[in-house]
Amino acid sequence: MAVHTRDLGRHRHRFDDLKAVMACASPRRSGDELAGIAADSDERRVAARMVLADLPLKTFLNETLIPYETDEVTRLIVDSHDAEAFRPVAHMTVGEFRDWLLSYAADTAALASLAPGLTPEMVAAVSKLMRNHDLVCVAAKCSVVTRFRTTIGLPGRLSSRLQPNHPTDDPAGIAASTLDGLLYGIGDAVIGINPATDNVPACVALLEMLDAVRTRFDIPVQSCVLAHVTTTIQAIERGAPVDLVFQSIAGTEKANRGFGVSLALLTEARDAAKSLKRGTVGDNVMYFETGQGSALSADAHFGVDQQTVEARAYAVARAFDPLLVNTVVGFIGPEYLYDAKQITRAGLEDHFCAKLLGVPMGCDACYTNHAEADQDDMDVLMTMLATAGVNFLIAVPGADDVMLNYQSLSYHDVLGLRHLLKRPPAPEFEAWLDKAGWLDEQRRLPPWPDRSLVVSALLGRAAV
Amino acid sequence: MNDSKDPWARFRQATRARIGLGRSGDALPTTALLEFQLAHARARDAVHSAVDLDRLAADLAPHPSLRVHSAAPDRATYLRRPDLGRRLDPASASGLPAGDWDLLFVIADGLSAAAVQVNAAPLVHACFERLGKTLRVGPVVLAEQARVALGDAVGAAMGARLVALLVGERPGLSAADSLGVYLTWEPKPGRADSERNCISNIHAGGLPIGAAADKLCWLATEAARLKLTGVALKEDTPSLVGPDNDTKKQGPDLIHNP
Repeated sequence: MAVHTRDLGRHRHRFDDLKAVMACASPRRSGDELAGIAADSDERRVAARMVLADLPLKTFLNETLIPYETDEVTRLIVDSHDAEAFRPVAHMTVGEFRDWLLSYAADTAALASLAPGLTPEMVAAVSKLMRNHDLVCVAAKCSVVTRFRTTIGLPGRLSSRLQPNHPTDDPAGIAASTLDGLLYGIGDAVIGINPATDNVPACVALLEMLDAVRTRFDIPVQSCVLAHVTTTIQAIERGAPVDLVFQSIAGTEKANRGFGVSLALLTEARDAAKSLKRGTVGDNVMYFETGQGSALSADAHFGVDQQTVEARAYAVARAFDPLLVNTVVGFIGPEYLYDAKQITRAGLEDHFCAKLLGVPMGCDACYTNHAEADQDDMDVLMTMLATAGVNFLIAVPGADDVMLNYQSLSYHDVLGLRHLLKRPPAPEFEAWLDKAGWLDEQRRLPPWPDRSLVVSALLGRAAV
Repeated sequence: MNDSKDPWARFRQATRARIGLGRSGDALPTTALLEFQLAHARARDAVHSAVDLDRLAADLAPHPSLRVHSAAPDRATYLRRPDLGRRLDPASASGLPAGDWDLLFVIADGLSAAAVQVNAAPLVHACFERLGKTLRVGPVVLAEQARVALGDAVGAAMGARLVALLVGERPGLSAADSLGVYLTWEPKPGRADSERNCISNIHAGGLPIGAAADKLCWLATEAARLKLTGVALKEDTPSLVGPDNDTKKQGPDLIHNP
């Protein structure tokens, strides 16, 4: 392990290893402070960034942050690295890589062909040298497109997950929130329920209910019950209509073990879902959620800063060709991301890192009631993410998730962003809205009166 | 049944979610905006209130209880240092009586004092009624500034084979008094979350006390039989009976062809 130093005035800042450089270069956040690895002054933070800027990108191929021998995520990263794809940037330092990413030369095609040559540690490193606006501008040049019944991630579009959670998984309550969301054009990424309890029969019942909604209205969407992967495998064995397999994942083998998963189990789940052949325009069948702090929370971070460990989770995701991945930034609480400034930064970092790695990234822009944040802060984050070309955003009725007890975006928020930024939903879903007669002459989805044909048709009432 | 004016009326009976809010352009109408802000303000205020432990102990009587404190001295430290909330302070650790218990209830304040104050004692009583004398249950442990994993330290120190830790869940906008339960076989520091079973959303508008007690006692009995908890212990029981029993069965019927 090489010691790194930087002299600033009379101070010599010493970093014992690469992990220390990475941790100290991170913008300040409570999780790294909790882990005892954050820079203890603002000057030291910048000194670490100066060290990082001068490091060759190749450093991260020669020096692993978590040992190859003891961690299957490291083995996945190293063994799947594409040296040929890496070649165009192989000579660069991290600082030069930042300049190149921001240059006109780094266009959509160049970034797409580079993705297999990048490792999570490389993209995490360069993100630490980026301002928020840099993270937006580079991510906006990346395009990661995936397909199941809709096509998600096309340039100029904004998809959304409809999240109709209910405290007791009540099917009528979930149906009510789903119908409400459809009236705002939400759900083209997925209609996805977080079940209150992980239970095979209940999971199967919810899957059947969502599938009934989809087929009754002939909506081009996919559904998902976000149970543990082992529950979903059992649901598949019982013949349930499983479109997507969900799992929370993290960036180390030990943290994934904390979630009760391994790469082998995820492979088994993907193969099971693919065998059902339920997609119509593609066969991306996996849905992953991630979030900074999960590895530290499981005591499985090995002294690596939370943003870098998070980026390693995207290497796990990438290996399974997922339809959807999203960071649940802000859900984990103030001990990892203390306030809106930290949540906003983390959301933009996560989106940037995932997109550079070729992962179809969405975001749950959210916060809990014990964090220093509110809906005004989510307005800023959602607008920046949409501008950055985020694949999808999560929305719940009135921004209030009555099951998970936190605040996300509202259906209103996502619809408003689409209209403001002129980013319609996935083309298949937009065509369905059009065919149903829901769009106005400007192709907006207007507030239909309660007694309109649109509302009464959806809610099963005769027009008055 | 004057729902002809509001097509959402019958749907609102099925969920507390903020459905049918209406729109001002693409934004929330003023009334809905301010109602949201009021709920958020109340939830934030709730995070910082404290459990009245004397009252809780009285509510648990005649079952004996004892008190412990985590290594987090106050709420401000608790919020930023979850590691301290998972450990016992030295005085608490040395004062715990060792025993030979099949099951131990630990009540942790967590992030909602209201959840613990309102729902913890009724749930413990309901479990005692259901368990009868099938399991040897120790004194109820009341833990301050405590997180879920504190139950591992308590359970290990007191010689319990199974710990049911009741904890105040972080307040949401429509429910500031939601209780969660984490069940852990052979508790000891270092247990992973995947080694626990969780029942969440126990409150008046969520999972009722009786149904929660049914689930918890079923899980505890199965855990004792199989000698494990976590992802390997599946709740292969019929769907929950929620508070909206009358509307639940209408679920599929609410969906009509346009």
